[in-house]
Amino acid sequence: MSQDVKEKIIEIIAEQAVLDPADVSLDQSLEDLGIDSLGLVESIFAIEETFDITVPFNANEPEQSEFDISSVAAIVSAVEALIADQKA
Amino acid sequence: MRRVVITGAGTVNALGLDVPSTLKAMAEGKNGISELQFRDVDRLSIKIGGQIHDWDAEGRFNRQQMALYDRFTQFTLVAAQQAISQSGLEFVGDLALRSGVVLGTSGGGLTTQDDNYRMVYEEGKNRVHPFVVPKLMNNAATSHVSMEYNLKGPCFTVATACASSNHAMGQAFNMVRHGVATAMVTGGSESMLCFGGVKAWEGLRVMSKDACRPFSLTRNGMVQGEGAAVFVFEDYDHAKARGAEILAEVIGFAMTSDASDIVMPSKQGAARAISGAIQDARINASDIGYINAHGTGTAANDKTECAAVADALGAHADNIMISSTKSMHGHLIGGTGAVELLACIMALRDGIIAPTINYEEPDPECALDVVPNEARDAKVDVVISNAFAFGGLNAVLALRKAP
Repeated sequence: MSQDVKEKIIEIIAEQAVLDPADVSLDQSLEDLGIDSLGLVESIFAIEETFDITVPFNANEPEQSEFDISSVAAIVSAVEALIADQKA
Repeated sequence: MRRVVITGAGTVNALGLDVPSTLKAMAEGKNGISELQFRDVDRLSIKIGGQIHDWDAEGRFNRQQMALYDRFTQFTLVAAQQAISQSGLEFVGDLALRSGVVLGTSGGGLTTQDDNYRMVYEEGKNRVHPFVVPKLMNNAATSHVSMEYNLKGPCFTVATACASSNHAMGQAFNMVRHGVATAMVTGGSESMLCFGGVKAWEGLRVMSKDACRPFSLTRNGMVQGEGAAVFVFEDYDHAKARGAEILAEVIGFAMTSDASDIVMPSKQGAARAISGAIQDARINASDIGYINAHGTGTAANDKTECAAVADALGAHADNIMISSTKSMHGHLIGGTGAVELLACIMALRDGIIAPTINYEEPDPECALDVVPNEARDAKVDVVISNAFAFGGLNAVLALRKAP
């Protein structure tokens, strides 16, 4: 897990959750952090802008999306995979 | 209180450029969704919509008119011409003073804004056409209808996102019902299918890339459409005295606000609007035979709407038919309720219930008779039409067969 990607994602999520980045842990889900569907869509937008990638995500079928959002750790790995794919 | 009837209807949308062709397409379950065609479409991730491809604006309007009519105004004027001509009304003398226009739109002249922002920001031009403001303003369509047909009474535009035209028609209904106006030209129009319009919607991540499948378990979002529908609402006694053909009677209207979330719909708010329309119409829930659904094809709307219908109608919810014609013409945002009112008129007049096309698999959370894929013959006397907007603003109309 790249330190840089991890830190930036935690920053984005912490901002949405109105928490200190130190209070966000990798095993938490967005629900645990109190992030609703609007917060999720905003987080994905921030991730796309920060890493200059396109995240495949449709709010109508979040569970069927290729983008795993089940925990902070899952989001970090998914973003790393997208960076590897799209920046290769 | 006066009775209110519909004596004229007109439309342009992805299914047809008039009412007969639109109703024929609805009865055939025709799909009006296609590949979008406009500048920069390759930069969009959503590339489908209910776009009107064979719109010959230059053939319909002269140079002076083109300089003043955004696409949403063009759609409105053509639909209004059909409706007013069908009604046979001529607005002169007292009738002109006692008749008006209330139309819904959400984006107004969005194409004009898009084109001109592109010109000054992207192309670096420092001058825009002198008529940009009167062309883009949301009330442009209403004003041009008023000017074209000499309608000098109450005229205004309503913007409540996806409920705009239902809210507009509700106002028109109440004005005639309470004797404020003798006739009202009403409905709505939308033309958001331009690069900036679709790009903004992409951001919400609620759009489908392949099809609009309301109530189907496999639904994956909404698909936008464009066009207009316009009606003439008239005092029943006035219409009867002149022997006008009556398409349907408008009997009730209610509006509510969820007061909860800017995008997520609420079952309670929607159910209160449906119950309110039933009460306003002084009918029983059991009188309803068909509901034209808001049915956007998003995960959130369709299950909330079905739950709201079940709440408002009780056990009778299992007896009614409910369909979403957005599956065929797309979501016309501020014009959608107006185009969908045509399906209500078809149900009452012709006994044909428009289907919900693209239906693939039942969703246990949408367990109503959604008239999947094929139109149905049925005799219905009372119908309602739902519209539930972003912002939590709900507007429901009730109609009855012509007296």
